Amino acid sequence: MRITCPHCGARDAQEFTYLGAADPQRPDGMAATEAAMVDYVYLRDNPAGPHRELWYHGAGCHAWLVVTRDTRTHAIASVEPAKARKAGAAA
Amino acid sequence: MSGQPFRLTSGGLIDRGRTLDFSFDGKSYQGHAGDTLASALLANGVRLVGRSFKYHRPRGVLSAGPEEPNALVELRTGARREPNTRATVVELFDGLEAASQNRWPSLAFDLLSLNGLVSPALVAGFYYKTFMWPAAFWEKLYEPLIRRAAGLGRAAGAEDPDHYEKAFAFCDVLVIGGGPAGLAAALAAGRSGARVILCDEDFRLGGRLLAEKREIDGKPASEWLAATLAELASLPDVRIMPRTTIFGLYDHGIYGAVERVSDHLPEPAPHQPRQRGWRIYAKRAILAAGALERPIVFSGNDAPGVMLAGAARTYVNRYGALPGRETVLFTAGDDGWATARDIASAGGQVAAIVDSRPEADAGRKALADKLGARLFAGGAVEGTSGGRQLDGVTIREASGATASVACDLLAVSNGWNPTLHLTSHQNDKPVWDDGLHCFVPGSLPAGLSVAGSAAGRFTLAQALEDGARLGREAAADAGLTPAGAGPVPATDPETNGLQPVWRVKGAKGKAFVDYQNDVTDKDVELAAREGFRPVEHLKRYTTLGMATDQGKTSNLAGLAVVAEQTGRTIPQTGTTTFRPPYTPVAIGALAGHHRGKDFRLTRLAPTHDWSREQGAVFVESGQWLRAQYYPKPGENDWLTTVNREVLAVRSGVGICDVSTLGKIDIQGTDAAEFLERVYINGWKALPVGKARYGLMLREDGFVMDDGTTSRLGESHFLMTTTTANAGKVMQHLEFCHQVLWPELDVRLVSVSEQWAQASIAGPKARETLRGVVDSAHDISNEAFPYLAVREITVGGGIPARLFRISFSGELAYELAVPADYGDAMMRALMRAGAPFGITPYGTEALGVMRVEKGHVAGNELSGQTTARDLGLGKVMSSKKDYIGRLMAGRPALIEKDRPSFVGFKPVDPAQRLRAGAHFIGIGKATVMENDEGYMTSVAYSPHLKHWMGLGLIKGGAARIGERVRAYDPVRNGDIVVEICSPVFVDPEGARLHG
Repeated sequence: MRITCPHCGARDAQEFTYLGAADPQRPDGMAATEAAMVDYVYLRDNPAGPHRELWYHGAGCHAWLVVTRDTRTHAIASVEPAKARKAGAAA
Repeated sequence: MSGQPFRLTSGGLIDRGRTLDFSFDGKSYQGHAGDTLASALLANGVRLVGRSFKYHRPRGVLSAGPEEPNALVELRTGARREPNTRATVVELFDGLEAASQNRWPSLAFDLLSLNGLVSPALVAGFYYKTFMWPAAFWEKLYEPLIRRAAGLGRAAGAEDPDHYEKAFAFCDVLVIGGGPAGLAAALAAGRSGARVILCDEDFRLGGRLLAEKREIDGKPASEWLAATLAELASLPDVRIMPRTTIFGLYDHGIYGAVERVSDHLPEPAPHQPRQRGWRIYAKRAILAAGALERPIVFSGNDAPGVMLAGAARTYVNRYGALPGRETVLFTAGDDGWATARDIASAGGQVAAIVDSRPEADAGRKALADKLGARLFAGGAVEGTSGGRQLDGVTIREASGATASVACDLLAVSNGWNPTLHLTSHQNDKPVWDDGLHCFVPGSLPAGLSVAGSAAGRFTLAQALEDGARLGREAAADAGLTPAGAGPVPATDPETNGLQPVWRVKGAKGKAFVDYQNDVTDKDVELAAREGFRPVEHLKRYTTLGMATDQGKTSNLAGLAVVAEQTGRTIPQTGTTTFRPPYTPVAIGALAGHHRGKDFRLTRLAPTHDWSREQGAVFVESGQWLRAQYYPKPGENDWLTTVNREVLAVRSGVGICDVSTLGKIDIQGTDAAEFLERVYINGWKALPVGKARYGLMLREDGFVMDDGTTSRLGESHFLMTTTTANAGKVMQHLEFCHQVLWPELDVRLVSVSEQWAQASIAGPKARETLRGVVDSAHDISNEAFPYLAVREITVGGGIPARLFRISFSGELAYELAVPADYGDAMMRALMRAGAPFGITPYGTEALGVMRVEKGHVAGNELSGQTTARDLGLGKVMSSKKDYIGRLMAGRPALIEKDRPSFVGFKPVDPAQRLRAGAHFIGIGKATVMENDEGYMTSVAYSPHLKHWMGLGLIKGGAARIGERVRAYDPVRNGDIVVEICSPVFVDPEGARLHG
């Protein structure tokens, strides 16, 4: 696979580390129930189709990226810095 | 030439002026430059080249290409010996040594061919049916027996003396295959200015043009070929890579290739790799891999002398070798007739032509007459005779009568299968074409198009037309302006009528579907009767198509037999999915230089040279080499050395490199807030100029890492991590910052490699330091107390950082200087400490002293321990949220009974402790239910003069004073230990603050 890093351009997937789904939001540990945190830490969907997921460009710019990838074909629809996404959502 | 009785006196693409000596099974032969091993053996009249996998049947050369299932040989000798190489693609070189496989004691007389007599026991699924029980017999009896009887070639058994490379290439258009379609495509794309890479597995470009007598634009095809190659060579952005197989198609236009750089040489030239594994990134690719000819299933179809008709033509036309003197052609279509024609024109006899189609037209009748061949229209070959060398065939005529014809070559023609393997590497399925009687590419992977025979467009005219059109298209897709379309060259007329014959039923002998795995039509029928009808089941039950040739000549015949058996069509029966690699790839080509110690990089501390001069023994710690201990002359075991180093630190002063610890620079107005969220303890109150121990958890509540973090300024911290976890922690912090809390004003950068750092420990540490720290800086106990941190200068103005922190429990400092000064720092410290007997110490002594002080380290931070387990529960802040806080409070993680951290000492001080020993109550049975925990770390304390241990045991500190067994069945250890405080030396910490 190749991932087009917004900072570094198209790079081989070997430069990146996969984490998992991008959308689960970390609950506030002081307010959340244990069940909510268990859900955040362990439970993930396994979709056949578009999947928003986190990749870390460890052998490049160290950016955490949100990659939208079709799990059936590996076609990548978009790549954006995780940081920008969160900032955009807050604004 | 007399030595090569089947060599033609002229013709072909071999260089008769260059004679090459080679040997097969110890006997010497000669061939010519341009030969393959197979063509040279045939030219010498060697027909029997191997024994089959299961029945040890004699086998000869079937094909002239990569699909070869029979002519598998061991190539070379000694450490370069390589099994299962296909003689049909081995380029002949002077001095080549090859040996047949699967025979004992000799190829001609093979005792295990008796397997053929007991063959009823070896039918489909016999592994599953015969060797059922007892299970223990598998390892001891069945498997060794089967391996000896049914093995393939032998591996070298010695380390490969050659090296391999990995390489990367980028292009606009990748052309896979250098036949007419591929060359036309490369030319069209190249003329458009595209960066083109053309790969061909052969050592000579041209594909089938090399094997056929064809005309292009009214001239021999060789002229078109020469002109095309010359023009391609003149285009600066076209790269031609012969001897290079594209073996896999991966996501996003990445192609795997292996280039056989030196396989055609006795051994690689100096500084040249044997093979090179390529990863090619192509915007577009054109598959022009041609087609593979199909055999027919009939009794005795594996006798040496039965050959694919296209291959026979290749040996005659390309290699100038007659594969037989008396030929019978068995064909299901027009294409086979070209073989009869070419053999005759080269001087061979064609005894008979068996065309399975009922009617032969006038033209073919006339050709048979001209060749002097008996014509059997509507007939079929139903048997062969001759054993080790074909000597005749039995033909069933259209009338039902049978006829015998003597021959030493049976050329078989049953149409061709497109070489579409790469099109299905991304899960796209081929589709059946009723008109062409073969599978053709269905949906295609993004960026790939298919030209010529690989697309089922089998004529030369179609190949040239496809190549030119798709080459221009690919260039346009890659963003270039395609060159104008010239006229497609005209070709001589050709027909490709075909009515395939999948098998000829009726005769008694074995009829092979899969030659390499010895699967017969009866095996396939049996499997279908037993219910293994889905093609994937059939394949695994019979092993059809599972040999190293991956069923290139057998998959379709297998499907056809099942289809016939079950009354379905071939497409209803299914197709198998092709996966990479297309042909076998040596692991070496994939590994490149990443083997042995080069498997991963080795990192050296900036003080490495100094340590080596001091006689250090090094140990791997993650990627780093760290000094383990520094033996002195006369010290014959490591413990003597380590004891000396520990005592020297505790009584005087020692220095130890700690440069390998992870160092992360954290800056920003929210830096303290950030640390609050990643560490379990508090950071906002830490004053500037102070260090603090920090412990971080994973989000699941288990301990991730620990270290000291110093506040260098109001918004500036320096975190240290353990050596092994430096990368992981950096990634974790980046995650926390970028994904969880991007709103925090904080920046992180790894500075692990920017600083060299040394620990200076022992009662004389301060006096030693005084000798290197510039006099302007006051490092007295009052001015620079325990846990103080300051930016200072050393050696007359060199910037440095001084930390008063201690892992050993002694008065200790860590001094950091820019990495390039690391070597100088160690030498300066040695000079300054000389009056106090300064002693270098390594990670072993460091480990002894940390056990003496009860500090946790890697063995305790195992990923399965919580802060509470390690006795650090009181450090966990209850006032703030931090990573892992909530999950660390889960009931199972705060259970009273969880094994927790304490010390252990042997009741008999002479006894040695062992890490990994499990704790069992005295008098209790040594069973899992009685397991109370285990010893994580042990060390011998030269201070206490006995062994001491750290470990995790149920009940933990509440049980101090109790005795338990430390049970270590692996090393026959079973001793009584007393549970004690984990701090063995100076529990008050008086030394630390001195």
